[in-house]
Amino acid sequence: MATSGTTSTAQTLTTADGTPLKVSLSRAERRNRIRALLLVAPLFLFIIVFFLVPIGDMLFRSVENRVVGEVLHRTVPLLAMWDEANGELPSEDVFRALVEDFKQGREDRTIGKVGRRMNYEKSGMTSLFRSTARKARRIEQGPFKEALIKINKKWGDIKTWQLLKRESSALTLSYYLASVDMRFDDNGKVVRQPDDEQIYIKLFIRTLNLSALITVLCLALGYPISYLLATLPARTSNLLMILVLLPFWTSLLVRTTAWIALLQKEGVINDFLVALRLIGDENRLAMIHNATGTVVAMTHILLPFMVLPLYSVMKNIPESHVRAARSLGATPFTAFMRVYLPNTVPGIGAGAILVFIIAIGYYITPALVGGVSGTLIGNLIAYHMSTSLNWGLAAALGSVLLALVLALYLLYDKVVGIDNMKMG
Amino acid sequence: MSLPTYAGPLERIWYYTFRTICGLIFFFLIAPLVVIVPLSFNAIPYFTFTPEMLSLDPSGYSLQWYEDFFTNPNWHGAVKNSFIIAVFATLIATTLGTIGALALSRSHMPYRSAIMAILISPMIVPLIISAAGMYFFYSKIGLASTHLGVILAHAALGTPFVVITVTATLVGFDQSLIRAAHNLGASPTVTFFRVIVPLILPGVISGALLAFITSFDEVVVILFVGSYEQRTIPWQMFSGIREQISPTILAVATLLIIVSILLLTSLELIRRRSERLRGIKPG
Repeated sequence: MATSGTTSTAQTLTTADGTPLKVSLSRAERRNRIRALLLVAPLFLFIIVFFLVPIGDMLFRSVENRVVGEVLHRTVPLLAMWDEANGELPSEDVFRALVEDFKQGREDRTIGKVGRRMNYEKSGMTSLFRSTARKARRIEQGPFKEALIKINKKWGDIKTWQLLKRESSALTLSYYLASVDMRFDDNGKVVRQPDDEQIYIKLFIRTLNLSALITVLCLALGYPISYLLATLPARTSNLLMILVLLPFWTSLLVRTTAWIALLQKEGVINDFLVALRLIGDENRLAMIHNATGTVVAMTHILLPFMVLPLYSVMKNIPESHVRAARSLGATPFTAFMRVYLPNTVPGIGAGAILVFIIAIGYYITPALVGGVSGTLIGNLIAYHMSTSLNWGLAAALGSVLLALVLALYLLYDKVVGIDNMKMG
Repeated sequence: MSLPTYAGPLERIWYYTFRTICGLIFFFLIAPLVVIVPLSFNAIPYFTFTPEMLSLDPSGYSLQWYEDFFTNPNWHGAVKNSFIIAVFATLIATTLGTIGALALSRSHMPYRSAIMAILISPMIVPLIISAAGMYFFYSKIGLASTHLGVILAHAALGTPFVVITVTATLVGFDQSLIRAAHNLGASPTVTFFRVIVPLILPGVISGALLAFITSFDEVVVILFVGSYEQRTIPWQMFSGIREQISPTILAVATLLIIVSILLLTSLELIRRRSERLRGIKPG
């Protein structure tokens, strides 16, 4: 039995019931793993259902375009067979189908949705659809082509039909194009919007610029006080820390309100400057409802997010390093630049990325103190969600912003590691 | 960082300049909060100091905005909703978050970092995007403009904080304590309540406080997912600032500052207790 071929079997360790130890171990391991997964399952499912599915739904909404195909369900399949490139209007069948769709769409009150959807692509479409729907119910018999063109001569324009055909597919890229100031032209080619209609790229750039400015200001203000907090004796620094933590813990609306009280025309700062006769009563400074208001208030609100990571990094830099540099003959400036500053780079990176990420997604503060020149991309998303009701465009803008934030988070993860994120 | 005795005059000047700069930055941080408090006692409906106030004349001050806050049904409803929503959202977030964190800290957990990334995603995604997604989806499944919808949304936003704080507490957790408890005959339930819970309690409580404040202060999601019926204090403040700005908002702000002082104090006390329990000397 003890031949070389069976040595391994003989040496295999077994548990009391005879199963090999390896098998038994991996079984136990698997049981443990399943148990761990089961424990995390409720939370995982909760986040998936109530958070990630909604986000996914929004992403889908940015390309979703079922309404045209559903309401014009007779026209769209026929239109698919029409060759839009040959320069001729669709056949009589298509016109008849469209009249029927209009009649039903008017009854179901769904035709307005299609009009609104088409209007995103070309203005004037809402009224075309509304008026055609009103008059189409009187069309009893053919020829339908002439009848429709009589109602509105746009139905005799091949471009209307090309547009309808292009936007009748179940998925569309139009919202994404619109979110980067592009559109399809009449021939279906991607072109830039006319100059006076380009707003989103400008707004994205402004959002990035203001966020960068806020980040730089937070760093400029946060670095000195983090240094002070990290080097003072614990008693004093704990007391001073309250001055950082109290704003951090105070509602963001409270802080925004405070800045309204301080910055507005009849506000505390202007009153103070007038009382000191530094400025005249008639030329009070406009510090709110513009970009200044957004930058000042957001710098104040985001400053703790810069101080906390900087402080935790600085706290761990031994004092002896700078002292060693000094005793080797470095001036205080050189010792700071060559020894201290490089040591704080992880903290600078963590704080800066964190502040920047939070800033580009901001909505409330710019909405209240930003006026026109201080609004960010988040405000426009909110506008399209609740005022213009162009949800597809809101979703597309949101997806672009989300992609930007996720890219920055990957960077943050590389620099600090998401696991190391500390709160408070 | 005290000034060494051998410091030269330049260094001396820099030392005091630096401290002055820091003083100004601290002033920038705290002044806006301090200014709100006296303004909330204003006798006139403006956000500004009147000459009567500056000369400390009692007629320049009044409690009318506080009276308005305590008698106005709009604010009444807001306070009630704020607490109902925050308490239930905190309960859900803390329960699910604690169990999740315990599972994540097990050495057998597969795909840990991927799961962790998903669990903390509500903290990463900008609120306006979460609000947009929840608004579209919750309307579809009939949860928009309901208390339940807002509670679930706030619970989802609060869980990452619980997961992070509890996981942090578990980093120094001695797993052999659990084995010891089992060895001594404790059932898993007894082990959980008698051994694990007391040790992770500080983490759970600070996570719960963070989840509570997340919901209590949250304004973007509630603006979209909620409606007047679900109005919370921040909702009411936001519409107040947009529509007719009245010093009642400053009175509310003052009260909220007091709430945050209380929260900050309790968190600090918990932190000290936790350090004591885990044998870390306060530095």
